Parts: sequence; structure tokens; C-alpha cells
Amino acid sequence: MTLLDWAWAVVLYWLALAAAGLLMPSSGGLARRIVFPLGAAGALAMAVVGVVALFNPPMQFILPFGLPDLPFHLRLDALSGFFLILLGGAAFGVTLYAVGYFRHMPAGQLALLSTWYHLFLAGMAMVLLADDAYAFMVAWEVMALASYFLVTTDHKIPEIRRAGFLYLLIAHVGAVALLLAFGVLHGGEAGRMGAYTFDAMRQTEHTPFWASIAFLLALFGFGAKAGLVPLHVWLPEAHPAAPSPVSALMSGVMLKTAIYGLLRATFDLLGVQLAWWGSLALALGLVTALYGVIFAAVQSDMKRLLAWSSIENIGFILAGFGLTLIFHTDGKDALAALTLTALLYHALNHAFFKGLLFVGTGSVLHATGERRMGRLGGLMRFMPWTGWLMLLGALAIAGLPPLNGFVSEWLLLQAFLLTPGLTQPYLNMVIPVAAAVVVMAAALAAYVMVKFYGVIFLGRPRDPELKHAHEAGWPERLGMLWLAAGCVFLGLIPSQMIDWISPVVVLLIDATLPNDGNWVMVAPLSAARASYAPLVFLAVITVITLLVYFGVKRVYHGRVRRADPWDCGYPEQDARMQDSAEGFGQPIRLIFSAFMRVERLTPDPFDRQPEYRGDSRDKVWLFIYQPIAQFAARLSALAGRLQHGRIQWYLIYSFATLIFLLVFVTR
Amino acid sequence: MTTGVLLQITQTGLALLLAPLLMGWVNICRAWLQGRSAPPLLQPYYTLQKLFHKDAVLAHDATRLFRFAPYLIFACMVLAAGIVPTLANDLPFSPAADVIALVGLFALARVFQALAAMDIGTAFGSLGARREMLVSFLAEPALLMVFFTASFISQSTELPHIVDRLAHQEFALYPSLAFAAVAFWMVSTAENARIPVDNPSTHLELTMIHEAMILEYSARHLALIEWAVALKLFTYSALGIALFLPWGIAAAGDLNALPLALLALVLKLALGGAALALLETINAKMRLFRAPEFLGTAFLLAVLGMLVHFLLEV
Amino acid sequence: MSLTYHLQVVNLLAAVLLLIAFAMLSQRRIVGLITLFAWQGTALAASTIIVAWSTAQHHLYYSAALTLALKVVVMPWYFFRLVRKLDVDRDVEPMINIPTTMLIGIALVIFAFNLALPIAQMAGTVTRSTLGIALASVLLAFLMMITRSKAIPQVIGFLAMENGLFFAATSATYGMPLVVELGVALDVLVAVFVLGIFFFHIRETFDSMDLKHMERLREK
Repeated sequence: MTLLDWAWAVVLYWLALAAAGLLMPSSGGLARRIVFPLGAAGALAMAVVGVVALFNPPMQFILPFGLPDLPFHLRLDALSGFFLILLGGAAFGVTLYAVGYFRHMPAGQLALLSTWYHLFLAGMAMVLLADDAYAFMVAWEVMALASYFLVTTDHKIPEIRRAGFLYLLIAHVGAVALLLAFGVLHGGEAGRMGAYTFDAMRQTEHTPFWASIAFLLALFGFGAKAGLVPLHVWLPEAHPAAPSPVSALMSGVMLKTAIYGLLRATFDLLGVQLAWWGSLALALGLVTALYGVIFAAVQSDMKRLLAWSSIENIGFILAGFGLTLIFHTDGKDALAALTLTALLYHALNHAFFKGLLFVGTGSVLHATGERRMGRLGGLMRFMPWTGWLMLLGALAIAGLPPLNGFVSEWLLLQAFLLTPGLTQPYLNMVIPVAAAVVVMAAALAAYVMVKFYGVIFLGRPRDPELKHAHEAGWPERLGMLWLAAGCVFLGLIPSQMIDWISPVVVLLIDATLPNDGNWVMVAPLSAARASYAPLVFLAVITVITLLVYFGVKRVYHGRVRRADPWDCGYPEQDARMQDSAEGFGQPIRLIFSAFMRVERLTPDPFDRQPEYRGDSRDKVWLFIYQPIAQFAARLSALAGRLQHGRIQWYLIYSFATLIFLLVFVTR
Repeated sequence: MTTGVLLQITQTGLALLLAPLLMGWVNICRAWLQGRSAPPLLQPYYTLQKLFHKDAVLAHDATRLFRFAPYLIFACMVLAAGIVPTLANDLPFSPAADVIALVGLFALARVFQALAAMDIGTAFGSLGARREMLVSFLAEPALLMVFFTASFISQSTELPHIVDRLAHQEFALYPSLAFAAVAFWMVSTAENARIPVDNPSTHLELTMIHEAMILEYSARHLALIEWAVALKLFTYSALGIALFLPWGIAAAGDLNALPLALLALVLKLALGGAALALLETINAKMRLFRAPEFLGTAFLLAVLGMLVHFLLEV
Repeated sequence: MSLTYHLQVVNLLAAVLLLIAFAMLSQRRIVGLITLFAWQGTALAASTIIVAWSTAQHHLYYSAALTLALKVVVMPWYFFRLVRKLDVDRDVEPMINIPTTMLIGIALVIFAFNLALPIAQMAGTVTRSTLGIALASVLLAFLMMITRSKAIPQVIGFLAMENGLFFAATSATYGMPLVVELGVALDVLVAVFVLGIFFFHIRETFDSMDLKHMERLREK
């Protein structure tokens, strides 16, 4: 069996697991205890296939089915391999977690969920393996539909139905754009056999004009899936609505399939790249990053906060993509390799830490039944496993060394620093300034994570009921442990990761990133320019911490006395005086008030039953989507006039259409 | 290599020892300038000693994070002090982190400080944490722009290379660095919780930023945090010296220059501490929501410096 | 870097000029604005003197002296007097808030620098690289005029613009002929005094120095 056969076998295996869910709808325990662990094993196998694929030449394979004369083409190269690692690695942890998470779900619902879940995994894998537009779109739709049904698992709640609808709508607007993009890519030679394959597209010569059209369509279509501002509105609705493992997969993995598609279309399928695409993608990416993190800072629902933070991370990745395009079209190969490495690295990192954080919120949700951060607090004491593992995830996403989020941001910043030397003087001056936006977004991400972690896990429980919060079970802990280990591991071995990513970089832009470092130290381009050694970092900090701890204990003493918190001697203090989630976001709301519309209901000081409500609304929604929705509603009202309810009129419509077509055809 | 390691240990130890002294010196200068009688120069050491001897008092529901944070923050600052060249330029630690990683190191300490502040669940703790994170997200872009300017001149983000380029090669006036220096001063006041962004000697809880976060700490934990604060001030001063006044730092492998380097360092720190005290005396603490404007100005200066570099120095 | 030290000092002064232009943009108080204007004049005069010395262009000494006399001594003094007489020194909130103005300012600087690069290449002077800064100062002064609604800041903006032009002339062609400079200086001086007289009249008529009141003067 070739490697591609193995990948295809895992897809088939997942499809079989999906079918198994349908076959035994009544035994939920079976689905949970057997089907999910089997699915996790498949994910691990997929990751291994991906690793091997990195170091093997591309291989292709035609499936004997599809429509007549339209067989499915599959292909496994380094790019697909890398994203398969991402898919398999994150899905392994998340699926392991799911084994425990769905413990209390009714059997019938669980069986259905297991079906959609494995179909979702299979769909994502197929997107990565597809080698023709037809297979790609089929897989893309399977992925979209399966995730839609997963989002609407709790379809009895109207908000969730609405969120699902919004998701489906934007997913399909995006899919239409993709279809058109493939249409442009295949060059209009409809008659030619097999023109829909990616191979044919690779060989088609595109004029700059049509290439730009194809790029813009692809950016729109994949951007809609990735949550690019202003196409992001579905994301903060749909991701929190889904059950937590599904949110983890959607945020961690599904968004990355869009990045995969964008890379595939831009660098592989299109023969030419233009510099202004890069500037556009960079600008959009920076806006997305800043917008996402600002809104993350003002959220009070923990899963919605994470969803906005995903938008921010997609912004980083897109900014890296834009820089790659700029450098690549300018002939700066090493720099393009640097940014491409940084963006791929960040995509992988994000899959791990965002997966971890989303499943962690699932445990909190299970233990407390509460998603509003203002009602939580102090959970570290009752859920130490979840608490400490989530701390790793929060530190990683906040971009702190020596964890993984820092490495990719560090690489990206190095790229910004190296821009001078571009032939475009404007870009020379603007891009280093743009780095400030990246840093600001990263520092705000730290703000967001202090808020997220501090309000949920630290402090005192804001509700006495929280004392009964129970720790997550063993499968959940194992799943989280895997993802947290990934965050640490990916942070400590940047040099090896760069080596692993380099086949992808060679495949896409035919360049390599010179690494002047060794296995402990990463030094892109040259050691005199910049270097970073996470292992030394970690070792020194650990050694000093231990030395100081034992030293102080030995020289002085280790006595501890417990008392009430001091709090400057204020006598009346209770847990509700801690910062609420809204309070923690208040400075951000004040500083960035131009970005959002704040709707607040503040109580009167003399109110007997005070009520407080505050909501920061997304201006994109108010100024772009609402007018479109209103326009659509008005248009349909107009169309509604044609509806008389009398059968004769409908017959007349058909008749008129027929006459018109006949005239048109005979012309 | 062995001399390198020895130098590294000497320099880090020196930083550990000198940091409280710098703090004491700033306090003395400030007292003189404000017409008060000054505390002894060694007062910070006495305070540390006293704190280490005391029994630690912890809140009933303090978690391990709370107890662990001071050690980690201290370790971060020691590492930072080891990375910035103060005496010699060629240190085995310095390739472990360039300036961007140094910013990350400070951020790591800060995040742990903020999390520890939220752990006890008091109103002031979370208030301080929120304000600290607010100031930092505004300060970090400006700080990075300062580093970018220096890096563009020296083509490196490694501090030893920056120092080497600025101090040990042909002297030149860099207008961009003048801008960056002012911006750096503004950012470091914010990052070190000094006037005008924060007041280290305030006793008014509602105006606190950094102090509000450590209200619940006592004894050895407080001592470590105070020491870390002193180390941070020392490290920032050393950073300022390395970027803007690097003359005197011994070149790689030049052991004979070390006594001179030590003398230069002490002199520069004494002058810098006096200048800091002067600036703290003539400025007033601004209200919290003026801080964005203050740090925005710092950012602007740093960006201008960078642009001027592109225009005049390329 | 191959420039001689005095040219490096000119570059430094150019950077200071740009810094002052930004400081003016962010200054809320009129007295502060006048002080900054005086400092800008000083930096300008100093750089002119250094250019004059290093290139042996003697007429530049005269224009430096002229700058020093007019823009550092006479005009600021006159403005201080005006402010005291008219009693208008208080915080003025600009039309656009200051951080936004600053960001627009940065964009203008980038624009000006890029615009100046090809032009500077054509100029034959040793100080040509400061042309971008001169251009940026002009644009920033213009921006300041746009964002202020009071009369005196607008006049100062106008004068700062003239400073920028003067600096551009020095850096691109070692200054305009002396006759032209004298003429311009005289014009500016007269304009300032005429405007001063206007201020008194505006205040007598509207009891305020806010230019919003002038909007009433349009055709109905």
C-alpha cells in the first residue's frame, strides 16, 4: 500500500465509523466507549501518514467513483501532509476528550452526533487530499454540512438554530465564490476532458487579470470559511453554539482547511502571483487580528471570547500569508520562506492551544453548567487538572515564551524586521509600522487570556454552587494532556519544526529558510541577526526557580501562616466584588469605542432590584450585514407580490418562461 | 568558553547585588530633590533582609499559583538581567534570547504577576491586574518600535551585536536613536511602574497599578517580588545604556577593559538614577486614561525615529 | 555612514524639526504652541547656519539671522502679547482627537518621505535627504491648520508651513536668493501684524476667537 492508500484508508475508516453510529442508534454507551476511541486512533494514524508524507514525493491516485467520466482525483504532497498532521494531531486529543465529554448525552442523539462527527473528520481529510475541483467541492460541502449539523446539536434552542443558519448561509456564499474561482482557474476550456483536475489548472497559463480575479474569489471564499473580517460574523455565533469538542475542531482545524485552500490556490494552482495581492492580504490580516482581539477582550461568554480570539489568530496567519506574497513576488526567497514557515507554524500551534482551550471550557461547562464568566471563578481549586492544563493553553495563546505561540509570533516579527530592502519604498516604510499592529494584537491577546483565565479559574467562586464543581474524567484529562503536551513540545523544538516545515515551503515557493541554529537554538537566516533558544530559556528559569526556592528555605525558613485576605483592611468583602468579565474588558471598550456599538443598561443607585446589562455590538454586523439583510427582505417582499396563490397564474409564469426560452433558443 | 560562563555568572550576580542599590540611590536622590531627609543608601537591602525573616501570611484560599509566582517572576528577571550586556559583550546566555524574546520574557513575568493578583479574589487585586495589562498592551508596541530602530541600524536583534555596532565601530550621530531614546524612557516608566504612569510609593489603593497587584503578598514572597522589581529597573536601565550609551561596555574577549566597564556602568547608573529621580520629581502622576495618550506618544516617537532612519541613515 | 559630522548635526536638527511639527500637532494650549514655534525657528536657524558654514554660502548667514530675529524673537513675542491681551490661553480640543491626528500625521510622513525620495535624488546638494522632512513639516503644519478651530493656532500653522518651505529651500538648493527671502520675510511679517489687527476685530465683533462664527458670513 502506498502512503496515499493509507490516508484514503483512514478516510474510509472514519466513514465506516460514521455509518456505525447510524446502525446502532440505541446504544449510546457503545458509540461513546468504542466508536470515539477508534476515531481517535484513526486521527493518530492520519497524523503519522502526514509526517511521512512530508518527506516523500507527491503521489496521486484516481478513485474509481464519482460521476460518469468525472472520477475523484486524490493527491498527497507535503502541503497536504502538513495539514494532515495538524488535523490528526488536534483531532486525536479532541476525540479522546470527546469519549468522556458526551457521557451524559441521550443515546439517540449521541449516535447521530458520532455520525456527523466522523463525517466531519472524513470531510476535512478529503478536502486536504482532493486533487480536482469536483472532489474538493464535494468534500468542502460534506465538511460544511456535517459541521452545520454538529453546531445545531442543541437545535431546540432558537439562538443555536439562528447561529447555524447564519453559518450555513455564509458557508454557501463562500462556496459559490470558490466554485467561480475554480471556474476561472481552469481557464474556460470546458470541453477539454479532465479540465477540472488541479493538474490541468497547474498547467493553464493565467493572464494577470484573470489570475487576480481567481485570487480575489479564492480569498473571498476561503476567507468566509476562515473568518476574515468582514466575513467573520458567523464565527462568534457558530463556534460557541456547538458542543465543546466540536468547537475545538472547528476553531482548531476547520479554519485551517481554509488556509490550506488559500495556499493551494495561490501558490500551487496559480502560475503567477502579484505583489498587490500580498499588500491586500497583509492589510486584511492585520485588520482581522486587531478586530478579533479587541472583541475578544470585551466578551463575557467564555466560548465566544475564544471564538473571537480564533479570528485574531487567523488574522496573524493571513498577515503572514500577505508578507509571503510580498516577499515572493519581490524575489526575496529566504524571507518568503521565513514568513511561510511562520504562518504554517502558527496554524499548527493554534490548532493545539485553541483545541485545548475549547475543550477546557467544555469541562467547565460540564462541571458548572455556566458559560458566562461573570458567574464563575475560583475553579482552579475544584478542578486542578483542568486548571493547570488550561493555564498552559492560556500562556501559549498569549504568546509567552517558552511555549509554542511565542515561537511563531517571533518568527513573524523577524520577517517584519527584515523588510527593508524591498524594491517598493512604500512597503519598506509601512511594513515595519504594521509590525506594531501585530505586537499590539499579541499583547492584547495576553490581556484577553489574563481575563479569561483569571476570571474563570482564579479568585473566589462568584456563586456558592461552584464549590460542587467536579473535576473532568480521565478521558477528558488525557485529551487535554495530549493537547497541552503539544503546546509545550512545539514550543521547545523550533529548529526541528522548521526542518519539518521546509518540504512544504520548497513545494510552494521553491525556497528554503536557512537556519543557522542547532537543535537547541533557532536562528533564521543567520545567528548574528537573531536567535532564540527555548530549551535554554526553560532550563535557566527552572534552575533559578528551584535554586531560589530551596535556597530561601534553607537560609531562612519556609514557614507559612494562613489568614483571611488582607484587601487593605476592608472588612466587608465578598466574592462578587472581584472584577467581572465586563469590568475587566471595560478599558478596552473605552479605548476602542470607535470599533463597536455599546448597548448598556445601567441601574439607578437607588434601584431595589438592580439589573445590569452591557453588550458591545460588532459594527460590521450593523453596517454591512443588516443593510444587506434588509435589502434582501425588501427584495423578497417584492418577489412575494408575484405569489397570488392561484394556480392559473403560476401556469402563466411557466408558460411565459417557456415561450421566452423558445424564442431565445431558436435565435 | 569557561571565561564566558564565569563572566556570565559574575555579571548576573552583579546585577542581583546592584539592583537594590540602584533602587536605594533613586530613593535618596528623590528625597533630596523633594527636600526630605533621605533613607540610607542600603535601605532596600535591610527591607529585603527583614522580609525574608518574617513568616509568610497567605490567604486561606490562595492556590499554588500564588505561591509559585514570586519565584518564577524572580527567575525571569534574573534571566533578563543575564541577557542584557552590562559589563561585557560576549556572554553565553545572550543567544538564548534576542530583544524580542526579552520582551516576551518580561511579558511572561507580568502575566504571572497579574494572574497571581487575581488569585486571592480581592477587588484591588483584579483592579491592579487589569490596569497592568492595559498599560502593557499599549507599551509593548512602542517598545518593539524602539528595538526595531536599533535593529535596523545594526542589522540584528541580538543585543551584543547592537552594542558592538554602536559602541565599537565608527561613531555616528543617529537622529533616529534620539527619538527612540525618548520613547524608550516613556515606555520604561510605564513598564517599571514609575511616575507619570504609576507611583511606586503611593498608599492610595484606588490609584495603584503595580502595588495593587502585590497587596496580598508578604514576607519572602514579597521580598522576591520587590527584588524582582529592582532587577527589572536595573535591567531596563542596562537596556537603555546598551542601546543609547553603550560606550564603555567591554568588547568581546577584551578582559582588560572590564574594570573600566564596571566604572562606566556604575557612573552611568548613578547618573541615570539621578535623572530618573529628577523626572519623577518634576512630573505628576497622570490619571489612568491619560496613559494611552502618553504611550501613544511614545509609540509615535519610536515610529518617527524609525522613519527618520529610513530617510536619513540608509 | 559617510557624512561629515556637521551634516549629521543638520540631519539631527531636521529630525528635531519634524518632532516639533508633531509636538505642535498634539499641543492643546496656545502658549505651548507659540513656544514650540519659537523652538522650531531656532532649530531652523541653527541648521541654516551649519549649512552656510559647511558649504560657504554666505547669504545663508543673513537668512539665518533673519529667521532668528523674526521667528524666534519678534513673532513669538507678538503672539504672547496677543494671547495675553485677548485672554485666549486655555485648552482647546481640536476637531479630530489627538491620537487620530497623530496617526494621520504618520501616514503623511510616510507619504512625504516617499514623495521626496525621487526628488532628492535629482537635487545636487549634500543636504538633500532632509527634503522629505521639510515636505513632511509642511504637510503636518497644514494638517494642524485643518484640525484647529481657533484663529491663533491657524496662523501659527501657517507660519510653521512657511518654516517647512524655508527648510525645503535650504536643503534642496541652499536657499532662495536673498532678495526673495527678504521679500517673503517682509510679507510674512506684515501678514502677521495684519492678522493680529484682525484678531482684535474678530473678537470685538463675535466676542470669541472661534472661527466657527465666521461661518455666518457666507452668502445666503
